Amino acid sequence: MNRRKFLSILGSAGVVSALSTAREAKAGGTHSFPYYEGSYGVLHDTTRCIGCRQCEAACNQVNNLPKPQKSFDDLSVCATRRRTSAREWTVVNKYVVHGKPVFRKLQCFHCNDPACAAACFAKCFQKQPDGSVAYDGTQCVGCRYCMIACPFYMPGFQYDDAFDPLVMKCTFCAPRMKEGKLPGCIEACPMDALTFGKRSDLIKVARSRMRKSPGKYVDYIYGEWDAGGTAWITLAPASGTATAASANPAHDLHPLDLDTHLGNRPIGELTYGALGAVPMIVAFWPVLFGGAYAISKRRDAIHEAEKEAVAREVKNDISYVVNTAANKVAETHGPAAADTVRQAASDALKVCERPLRS
Amino acid sequence: MAHHNIIIPTKDKLFNLGEFSLRRPGNLVTAVILAVGLIITVIRFTQGIGSVTNLSDVQPWGMWIGFDLLCGVCLAAGGYFTTVGCYVMGMKHFHSAVRPAVTTAFLGYAFVVIALLYDLGHPLRLPYMFFFPGTTSVLFEVGLCVATYLTVLFVEFSIAPMEWLAGKFPFLLNWRKLVIRCTIILTIFGVTLSTLHQSSLGALYLIAPGKVHPLWYSPFMPMFFFVSSMAAGASMVIFEGMFAHKGVHHYMDATHLREADEIVFSFSKAASFILFAYFMIKFTDMLVQANLPYLVSGYGLWWLVEMLFFILMPALLYAKGSRERNLKLCRFAAANTVLGIVLNRFNVSMIAFNYALPSAERYFPSIWEICISVFVVTMVVTAYRFIVYHMPVLYEHPDFKDAH
Ligand code: SF4
Ligand code: SF4
Ligand code: SF4
Repeated sequence: MNRRKFLSILGSAGVVSALSTAREAKAGGTHSFPYYEGSYGVLHDTTRCIGCRQCEAACNQVNNLPKPQKSFDDLSVCATRRRTSAREWTVVNKYVVHGKPVFRKLQCFHCNDPACAAACFAKCFQKQPDGSVAYDGTQCVGCRYCMIACPFYMPGFQYDDAFDPLVMKCTFCAPRMKEGKLPGCIEACPMDALTFGKRSDLIKVARSRMRKSPGKYVDYIYGEWDAGGTAWITLAPASGTATAASANPAHDLHPLDLDTHLGNRPIGELTYGALGAVPMIVAFWPVLFGGAYAISKRRDAIHEAEKEAVAREVKNDISYVVNTAANKVAETHGPAAADTVRQAASDALKVCERPLRS
Repeated sequence: MAHHNIIIPTKDKLFNLGEFSLRRPGNLVTAVILAVGLIITVIRFTQGIGSVTNLSDVQPWGMWIGFDLLCGVCLAAGGYFTTVGCYVMGMKHFHSAVRPAVTTAFLGYAFVVIALLYDLGHPLRLPYMFFFPGTTSVLFEVGLCVATYLTVLFVEFSIAPMEWLAGKFPFLLNWRKLVIRCTIILTIFGVTLSTLHQSSLGALYLIAPGKVHPLWYSPFMPMFFFVSSMAAGASMVIFEGMFAHKGVHHYMDATHLREADEIVFSFSKAASFILFAYFMIKFTDMLVQANLPYLVSGYGLWWLVEMLFFILMPALLYAKGSRERNLKLCRFAAANTVLGIVLNRFNVSMIAFNYALPSAERYFPSIWEICISVFVVTMVVTAYRFIVYHMPVLYEHPDFKDAH
């Protein structure tokens, strides 16, 4: 991870990396999205989750999503690896980790500094003071770059809608929160596997759970720092082989599809080097190419001058030769003959386009 | 005179559409492709993107971005490459290559934008990027530069239609004079914009470090995309020239024909150096990023195929071809390079994208997506033919002999 960070600072500038490094140091500050201190989050404790899909059903209901073909009572669907989509903003997957089943709920993580927002070229995504990452479909162009950018593969797209296809993802039930209600999925959870609260408090809750049950959890709060930190954070069970697990949390998190290689900086920062180089190129390229143009102009001018000098010399030589010959002829054959010689030379030169002026 | 058998439209007979109605296989194939394309277009815009594509939530960008946008823009790089060579670097003997290159570049970009409309969920909202500018987005920068550069190319290209129409509408002459006076400014503006968006196309993928295979993902992707666009620009001039000599030879004047071979050799030499440089930076990047272990995998092998057979090989062939003045070899190298660029863009956007996902979730374009891409290319070729049949692109207009 450090290596990537190092490289991104060193080189993501791409075209004129040397020029842009100075710019980049600043870019991190200028482009950052606000991180709201008292914002809300959710702690998902996968050790408590039983895969009942009540959260899925609740999400479907409170958001008026289309009913699925298989009912939410059918728990067998958890066994297939699913992802969120335009019709399912949250899904519960069953992972088998070291022989034991672990259920994990997937939904938008509501990143502190979201990649989707950094990527959107029409400013559809906005991190809100309440912690949610809101999406405004009325200005969405449907380019789906946000989906390329989201490191968690969360947003879905309505590919089947011809006239108003939009990006869809968990809203953190922002409309319900405004009414003072809990998000649908959290209210529905019978196991208290989803804890709603201030993000800063949830980190403490997670730590105290780890402290109270040593060896139960992986020593890693997923989302505390990953991709710059997320509002929804996850606790995962430690596998039996405690020593190996504590040495490398990725060992226990990867089987749950939790990517620990995202780094602790917002994903969008990876592009700031390249974006920072833009003003540099705009400033530098015209000067560079203008200079090249001036040099080639100058080279042409010198070339022309040289050519003219050579031509002049040749002309002088020729007039000297013709005049000397004509004078000689004038001495021996008289001036009339000399004129004939001059005329003949002049005519001959005209043919090869070198008019003789003497 | 060199012109006497080129059909030059006159004031009274502006159009020369006879070529399109000739019963030749080329025209027939064109008609069929355009008809099929129109049908798919109707389906796409009435039934939705999902009805004709294999795109999914994990693969939101497929053939239409990977080929139409990434390859389209890159292969239209001949415009800036040739104008910079001719006007800025003072390679006067490139002159007859400028107009065809600018024409194809303009058409390339124009149809990239048209093709993009197929891929956008809300095509009519494309201008929203200017109303709600997402300045943190690489895509915003690409959009801004492509829009501006398309305008620049339109102005640069506009000389040809104006010379065509000047007989009928003499006021166009003033505009033409103005454009010609601005040539150098337009050229420098064009190369600046091209540098920006060619590299930014690579920068688009910087935001997906976990999705693009490490052998292709690099903080230097913008640089790779820019450097390879130069090679693509040079190669496309040669590659197009090859087809132009087959199809529209009878619209080329003596100057064009005389300079054509020399241009091929000059561009070949340039392309050979650029490709070597491209090979070196990609290879160094692989070492610096400690990606050596990845080479002993399927993707590693594939990466080596791209590097050796589609970058190093054309570089060597170009070098040999330009040294021995072997036209055939240079043309082969050009085709090889173009194919290599397409392969690289496919790798970044599709083949090495989502490399970690199980194969069942991976993407392969649907036949209809491919049809639309073919449709777009056919439209470019058809528009090019229309222009060449009517406007002084491959010949100098007798009324504007001196004027360059
Ligand atoms: S998880 Fe993805 S969609 Fe959700 S806020 Fe983060 S980047 Fe955006
Ligand atoms: S917070 Fe609301 S929208 Fe998000 S998963 Fe829960 S119920 Fe669905
Ligand atoms: S409702 Fe609670 S226990 Fe049930 S699947 Fe969802 S998170 Fe797990």
